[in-house]
Amino acid sequence: MGIRFILMVNKQGQTRLAQYYEWLTLEERRALEGEIVRKCLARTEQQCSFVEHRNYKIVYRRYASLFFLVGVDNDENELAILEFIHLLVETMDRHFGNVCELDIMFHLEKAHFMLEEMVMNGCIVETSKSNILSPIQLMEKMS
Amino acid sequence: MGRWRSPFFADMIRSIRACKTAAEERAVVRKECAAIRAAINENDQDYRHRNLAKLMFIHMLGYPTHFGQMECLKSIASAGFPEKRIGYLGLMLLLDERQEVLMLVTNSLKQDLNHTNQYIVGLALCALGNICSAEMARDLAPEVERLLQFRDPNIRKKAALCSIRIIKKVPDLAENFINPAAALLKEKHHGVLITGIQLVTDICKVSTEALEFFRKPKCLDGLVKTLRDVVNSPYAPEYDIAGITDPFLHIRLLKLLHVLGQGDADASDCMNDILAQVATKTESNKNAGNAILYECVETIMSIEDNGGLRVLAINILGRFLSNRDNNIRYVALNMLMKAITVDAQAVQRHRATILECVKDLDASIRKRALELVYLLVNESNVKPLTKELIDYLEISDQEFKGDLTAKICSMVEKFSPDKIWYIDQMLKVLSEAGNFVKDEVWHALIVVISNASDLHGYTVRALYRAVQTSIEQIVLMFLHQESLVRVAIWCIGEYGDMLVNNVGVLNIEDPITVTESDAVDVVEIAIKHHSSDITTKAMAMVALLKLSSRFPSCSERIRDIIVQNKGSLVLELQQRSIEFNSIVEKHQNIRSTLVERMPVLDEATFSGRRAGSLPATVSTSSGTSLNLPNGVAKPAAAPLVDLLDLSSDDAPVPSSSGNDFLQDLLGVDVSPASVQPGTSQAPKAGTDVLLDLLSIGSPPVQNNSTPSDILSSSQDNKSSVAILDGLSPAPSGGAASMIDLLDGFVPNSPKPEDNGPAYPSIVAFESSSLILTFNFSKPPGNPQTTLIQATFTNLSPNVYTDFVFQAAVPKFLQLHLDPASGNTLPASGNGSITQTLRVTNSQHGKKPLVMRTRIAYKLNNRDVLEEGQINNFPRDL
Repeated sequence: MGIRFILMVNKQGQTRLAQYYEWLTLEERRALEGEIVRKCLARTEQQCSFVEHRNYKIVYRRYASLFFLVGVDNDENELAILEFIHLLVETMDRHFGNVCELDIMFHLEKAHFMLEEMVMNGCIVETSKSNILSPIQLMEKMS
Repeated sequence: MGRWRSPFFADMIRSIRACKTAAEERAVVRKECAAIRAAINENDQDYRHRNLAKLMFIHMLGYPTHFGQMECLKSIASAGFPEKRIGYLGLMLLLDERQEVLMLVTNSLKQDLNHTNQYIVGLALCALGNICSAEMARDLAPEVERLLQFRDPNIRKKAALCSIRIIKKVPDLAENFINPAAALLKEKHHGVLITGIQLVTDICKVSTEALEFFRKPKCLDGLVKTLRDVVNSPYAPEYDIAGITDPFLHIRLLKLLHVLGQGDADASDCMNDILAQVATKTESNKNAGNAILYECVETIMSIEDNGGLRVLAINILGRFLSNRDNNIRYVALNMLMKAITVDAQAVQRHRATILECVKDLDASIRKRALELVYLLVNESNVKPLTKELIDYLEISDQEFKGDLTAKICSMVEKFSPDKIWYIDQMLKVLSEAGNFVKDEVWHALIVVISNASDLHGYTVRALYRAVQTSIEQIVLMFLHQESLVRVAIWCIGEYGDMLVNNVGVLNIEDPITVTESDAVDVVEIAIKHHSSDITTKAMAMVALLKLSSRFPSCSERIRDIIVQNKGSLVLELQQRSIEFNSIVEKHQNIRSTLVERMPVLDEATFSGRRAGSLPATVSTSSGTSLNLPNGVAKPAAAPLVDLLDLSSDDAPVPSSSGNDFLQDLLGVDVSPASVQPGTSQAPKAGTDVLLDLLSIGSPPVQNNSTPSDILSSSQDNKSSVAILDGLSPAPSGGAASMIDLLDGFVPNSPKPEDNGPAYPSIVAFESSSLILTFNFSKPPGNPQTTLIQATFTNLSPNVYTDFVFQAAVPKFLQLHLDPASGNTLPASGNGSITQTLRVTNSQHGKKPLVMRTRIAYKLNNRDVLEEGQINNFPRDL
């Protein structure tokens, strides 16, 4: 299992999506999110996209006002995770059309369903955008 | 109805977004939760979907939502796909690992895994893959195994990942999955392939049988071929990233090869060609390509040795290291740390570049680079590396100085070729970043200085110079270089004469003229400066006392400085001031003995004691920061005990009483040393002071005990207070009685202590049948010794035979037992046994006697043992 959690956070530091692949209590989550957000949001564009925190490595990437932060094990390939974040964003873009913070907020379940098609139990499920989106679009057509 | 209807999901989000404060947000959430609970209670099915969506949002904000779990179960149990979908999502997000909820859901999962609608099967697989427990794994493994062969690839890929969770929870099940997993490797569908590869990787990690199976050429060749196909595949728009087809699949394949090749030469051999191809052919101008190269290097470094490939890998890392993209440099540093165990020479070639990375603007890169440099240090390069790092220390960020200082100190200590270099480097570090230096580091420095007898003069002059050069910026100095000042003060105190008389000048030194009064100036500044903490001031006080003897001409001036602290609010200083003043003023005859140079500190003892805390300095790297708060007494204080308290048990000191006395003085410094300026020291100082009083009380002449003994014998405050009570029976001020004590140890003014046996008898032990009484007397002229006549009386109707009395006392007491008058104790009080005990109290007048007793006898041939502690001795024994 490589990915331990995925967070989407706006530039004010508010969590907009949180998916954990290991169990943490609510208090632990709040504390962890606070610490990570403080650490990552303070960094400049020139600095690298990796931050070591506790026993995690955080790979993060900023898209407009939204930060995507992925916590991984220490032996995970950081560059691949960076690429994965981009894939995630592209997939969401394709579905929502230029995804923004509000899309994720108002369609939180949908964002989760998309994520479900991409990551399960911390492992990558699928890397083809159309394969990821087809079940979701199918369901939309039906309802 | 009067029921407050829960507004739509979007409305809730809007109202939450509109909140300006956290309190407002809490209020909105509370209201929403109340409405959702009400809906749950009414079993409102129309709004269930919407309520669950709201709960997920509320959960994400960090509010408790456990009450929604059962709602998820209901939703899962309903027939429709949308209800099930939101139910499973809610389950995965809101679940709090409560086993009973998991048990309830197992049944629904089982039904859904066997559902005719493949989308519902997909939902169940996904949920199971994320939340499955060991119990569920056992129950549902057969279903999942079957689904690995399902007709739709979207189900197969999810079943593969679900299997990973199952074998992680129950490794015994791994063998069942070997064959189905092997079948997945032959698939063409990328999703199935990538999940199948991950499954095989995880099976190999838990089962050696599987590892052997997949290492066989028939499997391995297939994998190599798959990788080759992916590498050479024509443009595939759906999987293309920057001209590379599915880099994620590349990377997973390389990871699996890593697992299979590690520790198996044949398997490693099979994959050489393809690894070489990946390493040479992959485009490195985009992140995706670099991610593959990075993984390829990792695999090459892990599999069995192939010189050519390793050269290729190290070259890739070299390229990475000089890349301008910080991400690439970061992973290069990360990988070089692993490469160092494989090929240290190759990594050493990049030393200069790595050293530059230590100075990078990016904290993540600096941290990695520093750790790498630390691994690169050896005897041959320690000098240039240390120089570079110390130079950089001067200009580095404040927050990086701590890490950097710890690493420099650690490498200087580990690899220093000689003592003079060690001392030089440490002085530089102390001058640059004194306040980032951990206590044990400067303690160690003092031990080394103490042992380098030929360098005493050199060191004290160098320290004097270091302190002098920054004396203009004295404010700054004391803020940042407290430990430099402490070491300097200690050395000036010990070796002040060498400073003034230029003893042992090395030919590398510039000549320096220091007068006695110059040396005293430095110490005076330290003791008077407002930002110096207690430890520094206390050390300065001791240094002054020592200098008062070394520099007779300054004796008057020193006394004045000492006296100024008589009114110090810090009890420690106040007390020392009074004592030292008394020594300077009244005890010229013993002063020079008292302040003799400290004997060489035992390095072995110090490093032995320190061993426990040493790894801390070395491994500050590992994520957990080991910056113990300075107030934490244990690690910080322990080395100090070693350092200053010479009379530790394992290093007996064959020294004069004067030295013993000083040790006590110094030993006392232990406690305040752990209190740093700025930390709240009120409660701590309280106990410290008690301990101080206790240890200063020990008369030097007969001092068998050590300060640490005293400390340990009075662990809790209560007992030390009790001892204190006994210490100053007269209501005179503590300080005054201290003077008395000091006066008391002038040989020709003995205290009138030899009064007669005016001590009342006590009942030392009493049970229903046995009474032990003590009568006391004092031999004339020896106030420390007490003769105790013990009388045992047996009140029971039975005779006690084989009667033996034993006693034990703490270290500050000496006990001698004379033979008893007999070993049979007659019944019914018709006679008694008497026995004489002689106790010598080295803490006479300070501590009362205390004794543990053990009485053994036979009653009707049965062994009886009675134990007790005697605390009710008369005071002043």
